Amino acid sequence: MVKAISSETHRDKAKAAASKRAAFGEDIDLGIYVSSVGGQPSEVEPSKLPAATKKRMLQAGVTVDDRSQRAGTFIQMDNAPVHSSVGQEGVEVMAVSQALQKYDWLSDYWWKAVAVDTDKYTANVELQQHNGYFIRTLPGYKTIYPIQACLYLAKARLAQNVHNVIIAEEGSELHIITGCTTASDEEAGLHLGVSEFYIKRGAKVTFTMIHNWNPEVAVRPRTGVIIEQNGLFLSNYVLMKPVRSLQMYPTARCVGENAVARFNSILTAGPGTSLDVGSRVILDARGAKTEIISRAITTGGSIVARGYIEGNAPDVKGHLECRGLILAGEGTIHAIPELKGTLEGIDLSHEAAVGKIAEEEVEYLMARGLTRSEATATIVRGFLRVDIEGLPPLLDAELKHAIEASEKDLM
Amino acid sequence: MRDAALTVEQLTVEVEGREILHSVNLETRVGETQVLFGPNGSGKTTLLMTIMGFPKYKVTRGKIVFRGRDITALPLDERARLGIGMSFQRPPVVRGVRMRDMVAACLRGREPEESINQLAEKANLTDFLGREMNYGFSGGEIKRSELMQLLAQKPTLTLIDEPESGVDLVNIALIGELINSLLEKDCPIPERRCMGLIITHTGHILDYINARTGYVMCDGVIGCEGDPREILATIREKGYQECISCFLRRRTTGG
Repeated sequence: MVKAISSETHRDKAKAAASKRAAFGEDIDLGIYVSSVGGQPSEVEPSKLPAATKKRMLQAGVTVDDRSQRAGTFIQMDNAPVHSSVGQEGVEVMAVSQALQKYDWLSDYWWKAVAVDTDKYTANVELQQHNGYFIRTLPGYKTIYPIQACLYLAKARLAQNVHNVIIAEEGSELHIITGCTTASDEEAGLHLGVSEFYIKRGAKVTFTMIHNWNPEVAVRPRTGVIIEQNGLFLSNYVLMKPVRSLQMYPTARCVGENAVARFNSILTAGPGTSLDVGSRVILDARGAKTEIISRAITTGGSIVARGYIEGNAPDVKGHLECRGLILAGEGTIHAIPELKGTLEGIDLSHEAAVGKIAEEEVEYLMARGLTRSEATATIVRGFLRVDIEGLPPLLDAELKHAIEASEKDLM
Repeated sequence: MRDAALTVEQLTVEVEGREILHSVNLETRVGETQVLFGPNGSGKTTLLMTIMGFPKYKVTRGKIVFRGRDITALPLDERARLGIGMSFQRPPVVRGVRMRDMVAACLRGREPEESINQLAEKANLTDFLGREMNYGFSGGEIKRSELMQLLAQKPTLTLIDEPESGVDLVNIALIGELINSLLEKDCPIPERRCMGLIITHTGHILDYINARTGYVMCDGVIGCEGDPREILATIREKGYQECISCFLRRRTTGG
């Protein structure tokens, strides 16, 4: 447990919200999960982890053997951070508990981008916190390689409650790849992850998150992002593997002029998977921009794909694109794009489409000599390909690889 | 005279329960290009789509023989791999699938990736290789893209639906060049292997390509056969109405 990090106010608010249902998604009974686990090593050398563990991590984009293309690494197993390392000057990577001890000022960032009383999950993270990561780039420093963070769930029926804080100081550039995964293909578990991002003036953060859970895990990430003047936040979320229930609605607030937030999400749901995933951007400063793109495929699971853009300042611009593909009859996709404007001179738009693969398109490709299954695979691959502007080539390639590696599971 | 490589015999075709083609006969010899004229709705596209093998077009009678093989019941993709290719008049938009991937798929690994760039250059589509298939393409871009894919696919029999529709004068010359390249018009006649069956409503494409035979299709049957330029001259002078009247006269008199 992380000690002495919370003011009484936070705890009081959390206690008051301990039973507060989330606005969206299935209500999860927190009582069925165990809240802590002991006996874990305090520090491990990542390359010495068991091969099976490394394989699960790699499927979530976390590479522990060759870390030459990583600017830093953080690994937390269950409730315990087991490794933090940095490979580049101007970058800090450590357990959030350690950061709270090191920096008094960190309390100024604690529960500022996400409200502690958002729902019972945020409240639970406050009341039973199991660490998390702190990643920061110092002013003007730019990471070349991404920093990787892995949140690993090993113990059965564990509720993993993490609180992460990410700060990109003025003019810095930070690339993060987060892989969340489980040891087992079948054990139940719960992951509650609060992530607070602070992107200062002129800073740029790309955040690539690959989830590799199992069909029994429930996941409730709670993410808030605050972007200052000329700052950029680019989020890429990939879920190609089964999960039982996942609900998240990360919210970015563009509070400085010309701040930019972009969200790309790729979601797939097989039978038994229930997803309620969206991205929300509040454009509160002149010239702020956003683009939210999601691609959802169901092969039998249920997906609610949300999006929300709110324009509250002059000259803001936002576009929301939500496309869903139903590859099996039993699946459902419910696209809910929302736009809210509160003054004139704003430019918000959306497009949403849900359907099956058009037979006409399959036949068009077949007329070029592709078999039906090749044609279908080509269309699905095309559907999942989102061109991501601003992502370093290495990360872009890794992201594409993660998607391609799972494409065949959809067929 | 060279052997017939495509024979369409007494082909009767239904679309969604309605008979569109009535006992159509047609023969194409190796290396030959033919043109199919006809008013809108006469069944020209239906004939091409049926030869290509689209499932919506149901053959109720007759047969299609390609290079000695009865392909009437052969699936669409197998016909494509056997050497039949089609340039669509209005191909669907395929979001997410890039032109480069599509051309690569047409090549089926027979040629190096570099040839994609060469083909794109030839079709003046270099800037389009990263674009999604047919998304926001102009009329001319669609035609050039269709022909570029066919140049990669290298069919023996190319079916081309209205190559000039929606195309401006600048584009039509290039489209003519691409068709000529597909049909090996730069080869001496005896060495040509490729065949073409081209639908044209206006006949403009004949200013750029040569064809041996012209057919006029009316109301689901081939009404007449002859020199394509002569047919075109008649159509230009008298319009399709004359063809239809002529056809009706002959049908009434059994001629």
